[in-house]
Parts: sequence; C-alpha cells; structure tokens
Amino acid sequence: MRPLIRRRSRVEPPPLRDPAPSRLAYRAERLWLTPLFRRFLRIGLPVVLVAAAVAAFFADAGRREALAALGHDLRQSFTERPEFMVGLMAIDGASREVDEDIREILPIDFPVSSFDLDLEAMRQTVAGLDAVARAELRIRPGGILQVSVQERVPAVVWRSDNGLELLDAQGHRVAPLAARGARPDLPLVAGTGADGAMPEALHLIDLAAPIADRFRGLVRVGERRWDVVLDRGQRILLPETGAPAALERVIALNQAEEMLARDLVTVDMRQAGRPTLRLAPGAIEEFRRITTAEAEAGDG
Amino acid sequence: MTDLYQLQRAMRRMRKQAMDRGVVAILDVGSAKIACLVLRFDGPDRLRETEGIGALAGQSSFRVIGAATTRSRGVRFGEIDAMQETERAIRTAVQAAQKMAKVRVDHVIACFAGAGPRSYGLDGAVDLVDSTVTEGDVARALAACDLPDFGEGREVLHAQPVNFALDHRSGLIDPRGQIGNRLSVDMHLLTVENRAIQNLIYCIKRCDLELAGVASSAYVAGISSLVEDEQELGSACIDMGGGATGLSIFIKKHMIYADNVRLGGDHVTSDISKCLQIPMATAERIKTFNGGLVATGMDDREMIEIGGETGDYEHDRRTVSRAEVIGIMRPRVEEILEDVRARLDAAGFEHLPSQQIVLTGGGSQIPGLDSLASRILGQQVRLGRPLRVQGLPQSATGPAFSGAVGLCLFAAHPQDEWWDFDISAERYPARSLRRAVKWFKENW
Repeated sequence: MRPLIRRRSRVEPPPLRDPAPSRLAYRAERLWLTPLFRRFLRIGLPVVLVAAAVAAFFADAGRREALAALGHDLRQSFTERPEFMVGLMAIDGASREVDEDIREILPIDFPVSSFDLDLEAMRQTVAGLDAVARAELRIRPGGILQVSVQERVPAVVWRSDNGLELLDAQGHRVAPLAARGARPDLPLVAGTGADGAMPEALHLIDLAAPIADRFRGLVRVGERRWDVVLDRGQRILLPETGAPAALERVIALNQAEEMLARDLVTVDMRQAGRPTLRLAPGAIEEFRRITTAEAEAGDG
Repeated sequence: MTDLYQLQRAMRRMRKQAMDRGVVAILDVGSAKIACLVLRFDGPDRLRETEGIGALAGQSSFRVIGAATTRSRGVRFGEIDAMQETERAIRTAVQAAQKMAKVRVDHVIACFAGAGPRSYGLDGAVDLVDSTVTEGDVARALAACDLPDFGEGREVLHAQPVNFALDHRSGLIDPRGQIGNRLSVDMHLLTVENRAIQNLIYCIKRCDLELAGVASSAYVAGISSLVEDEQELGSACIDMGGGATGLSIFIKKHMIYADNVRLGGDHVTSDISKCLQIPMATAERIKTFNGGLVATGMDDREMIEIGGETGDYEHDRRTVSRAEVIGIMRPRVEEILEDVRARLDAAGFEHLPSQQIVLTGGGSQIPGLDSLASRILGQQVRLGRPLRVQGLPQSATGPAFSGAVGLCLFAAHPQDEWWDFDISAERYPARSLRRAVKWFKENW
C-alpha cells in the first residue's frame, strides 16, 4: 500500500538535467579544440610558468648567493682532491739569482690545486723576466710544478744613461751591472740605441780581435753608426754601411804600417773614398821638426 | 533578388573557404532530431577543380569524422519554432560531433524541411552574340528568365538550370562551346518563406558558426537515396520526417519539383497518445517497437502494456492489442500518403517516363509501409536508404539520415545554381554606372 503518513523531509527529485551545454561551456570547448590555443596551452604555458618560477626564485639575492656558494663548494671539493694538488715548484736551468727572481714573481701559496694554476699566464710572467730567454711550465705527476728556464747569456756590457747593463747577443737586457769591473771579460758598448744593433756590434768586436789589447769599446753615434774606441783616446769612425769592411781596412793598415801606434786621434772611415786621419795637436810640429832635423843632418 | 544573389554567392565563397580549410559541418535541422556530421576534406579529389564531376561525384574527397544526433527541440513542421530551444539543440549536436571529430568547425551547411517550399519552372531565351555559346551567354539566358511573383516574404532557396535548348535542339546538359543562334534555358526555382531562413541563420550565428550553404531537405534526401538511373529516368523521393514529409521529383539528374506535406511521424505519435491517453514518450516508444500498418490475426493476440503513473491500478495496468495500435496508425499514414499523392498529381508526376517512388526518412521505417504506399502511390515503390559515405558510423546509416548524408554529397559536389554564374555583363555595368552618377550628383 502507498504510505499514507507524509514524511517530514521528502527528498525533492533533482530537476531534469538539460543535456545542452551552456553557451559558456560550448565556447570553452570550441576554444579548447582550436589548435593554436591547444599548442599554446601545452607548450607555451609550461615554458612561461617554469621561466616565471625560476625568475621568482632568483629574484631574492640571498638565494642567488646560496646557490653560488653551493656551486663554489662543489667545485672546490672536487678540485681540492689530493691528486690535483700541487705541492712544490722545481726550477731547472736557472742560476741562483734567477731562481730567486722566479720564486718572487710567482707568488703561489703551496699547496694549491692544479685547476687554480694558469700555466700560460705564469709562463708569460716568467718569460717576461729579463734574464729568461725561454720558459716552460708543466705539472709533473706527484704534484710538482716544473719550471724549465733557459737563461739569456750576457754578451756585452752596455753603458747607457741608466747605468751599466748586461745585454745578450740579441740586444736583450739581461741584468743590471753594479760596476764595469764585475764583468771584465765582456766588451763594453755605449751610446743610445746600441742595444738595437747588437749583432753588428758583436761582429765588429770579433773583427777587432787583432787590436784587442788596445780595444776599449764601441760607441753608437747618433743611433746609426759605430765608433771603435781604443786606448790613448783614439777613435775609429766607422761608416753607417759597410762598417766591418772599413774596420778590416783599418786593421790591415795597422798591421802593415802600424798606423794606430802613431800619434793619431781619429781615423775617419766614414767616407770610403776618402779615409781621413786626424793627428794629435802638436804632432804636426813634431813631425816637421823631425823632418827638418833629418834634412839638416842629411845636408850637413 | 540581388540581395539573395549576393547572399548565396557569399555562402558559396564560405563553402570554398571551408573546403580549403578542410573541415565543414553538416547540420540537418529536423523536427524529430538534429543531426550534425563533421566532414574532413582530404581525399584525392580535394583540390581538384576540373570540369565535370570528379570520381564518385566528389564522394571520395571527404570523410565523416564526427557524427552526433540529438533529440530536436523547438522545431515544428520542419521550421524553427522556438529559437532558444533550437539553438541549444544545435549546440548540443555540434559540440558532440566536434568532440568526436576532435576538431573545431567554423562552417556549417544546413538543411531544413519546412517553410512551405514552392516550385516554379522558368524559362528564358537569348540570342547569341557570337555563334558560340559561352558562359556569359548562359548567365544572360538565366538572367532573361521571367521571375514569377512568388509573393512577399519569400526567398529563393534553389535556382538550378535543368535544361538547355539551342535553336531546335533541346535536352542539352552543357551547351557551352556549341554553335547556334538562340539559347534557351529551363530553370527550376524553389522558394521558401524568408523568416525560416532568417531564423536558421540567426540560430547558427548564435552558436558561433558561419552558414556556408542552405538546402532543402527534400532535395538532399533525394540526392542521397535515389540511385543514378532513378534520378535519370524520373522518380520521386518522399522523405517522411517527424513534423513534415518532403517530396522531390527528379528527372535527368535534376530536381524539377519539390513540395512538402505538413504531416509526419509526430502526428502518428500524437494520435496514439491521444487515443490511448498515454504520454507522448510512451506513445513514441509503442510506435517504434510495436507499430505497424498491416494487421494480421496474430496482432489481435499480441497485447502491449501501455502503463501509467497515476497510482490507479486499473489505469496503470492497461493493455492494448497491437491491432489496435495499427488501427490508430494506419489512417494517419494513409492520410500522409494521400496528401503526397495529391501533390504528385498536381506536379504531373504521371507524365514522367519512369514513376519510381522512393520512401525514406525516419517515418519510412514503419513495418508494412511499402505495401500501403504501393496501394496509394503506385506500383513502383521501394524503401530507400542513404548512400554509404566514408567514415559514417553505423548508427547514422539508417533512412532517418538520408537528409544528412545527402547534404554531405551536396557539400562535396553542389549542383550549378543560378548564382554560380557571373552576373550578366549587360546588367551589371549599367547599374554600377548609374550608381556612380548618383554618387557624383549627391556629393558634388
């Protein structure tokens, strides 16, 4: 039988659902089916969101620093492993002073990681030393920084406005010199620009070997030609070009006629066609006196 | 007239755009159901713009990728009756079809049954300027047709040239390039009430869709359910819908007459509902499961529970025999068929060489309809089902979908209409010149 007592709370049947989509739902679905929109939602939106999240994370300076510190720590823990550490420096082929100089200009606090060593920069620093011709740096197994050095060999002593300096055969500065007497074995050159013409100078010094006992040094004149200075204040003025030939001529004359032993001040070879001698003051009178005396003796 | 010409041309352009984009929706706005199919044009014929018809009349160029049906609301006699309801129903169908197709559709081609279609046969003739017929001559001949006074508030839905005659030779399909002196054309004009089209355009616009074509449902049902020789030799397609029954007569592959009877399956249902005093839904169910048109002795014994929810035991346990249901349905179906017969007679159907009649539409599924129809309409009656097209789901292959399928064929390969030809050269410049002069007078 049908229940006659009315229930207190009767559940109302839900209103019949309209199967039609609302205008909004319809539009949303159509929008969702638009290929461009879909692609934007699937690719563009995630990219934008991730970029925004990253930007938001890095907007805070503290987080940025923390992340940088973390990266630094990680790097350090790797580079500071014992197999990468360099404990000492070995220098080959350097004299004691150069050795000290190198240790001075390479201020490395050993032990140091090999990742922190910039070998090329260090090589350039070492090669920048005046006394060093060539330098090679490498890290030997066992944590040794090997520095192989080829030193410059001093060839002459150069007296310039800055004092005495040692130069090598190419005219590079090797070291300053306190006194000429410290290196009596090396020939002396002087004059501005002498270092620029060092090969020619050495050649001239070689040629001057026959008069080595009288040879004092070479002087660069006007940064273009050489004077050979001998003792007793004698000078041989060499031309700008063909200086070795001119010097050879003078030496040949000297060997034949003992020209340089006479009372000359200057042998001027600057004009190849007209070599000129300048006698010492008083030498002319002396010469005349001697010749008249001889003539008188001959007459008498 | 020119407004409509422009509107139809605009719709043709829209259809072209939709084909280029590759997706177009088909909407059959019926009184019983609203069907939406989504077509994708990607077949071999897709971009072929050749003379004549392509392979399989363009059927190979498309594929149905989405199909949805919803119970119609707000449509009566094949016309939109309640705009909001119809709009919601269209939205439901379109959304479901879009969902199945997984693609958004923007263009829709629609058909509807009602709106009082009226057919007119027109003829026009022009003397050829050149002795050869050109496309411009065809346009001029079409423009030379005398437009009948079809009344206020009516619009032309179809205007198809159905026959060309050159001098004394008639029955030409394509007169272009032929030599003669006088070209005459017969045109079939179908007008419908203007408000029906306007309502449909409004509803479709409210659904954010663009209308790319309108067709009469009787016409498209004929395209899909008549086979080629029937279309060629003369036949009538009777599309028995829910609220209206459309009929179209074809000969030489052209529709020459279309009309509709404002009676349909819904009237049968309402008869059952009224006679048995049951709700429409139950009546529809009884009609579908137990309906018939020819009673036998067995039907007297087959009792149908018609039920009820009143609480009165006697009332709720009523039964009827199937013979009674048949007795209710038969007079109404006879009435529909007799009305159709009257329309066919008025159209002169008996003069056609072949008088094949094809019954299609949801109403044609009533058992025994073919024997009843052959008594009323003539001996050559068959039940028609729509052509099979690619990708159509099994549930949409029944006769109820002949309109929708026909619309697919219409979309793929529309027949030449008046507006497919350019406006004839002698009318157009005169008008624009006059307009230019008018503009100068007004502004200087």
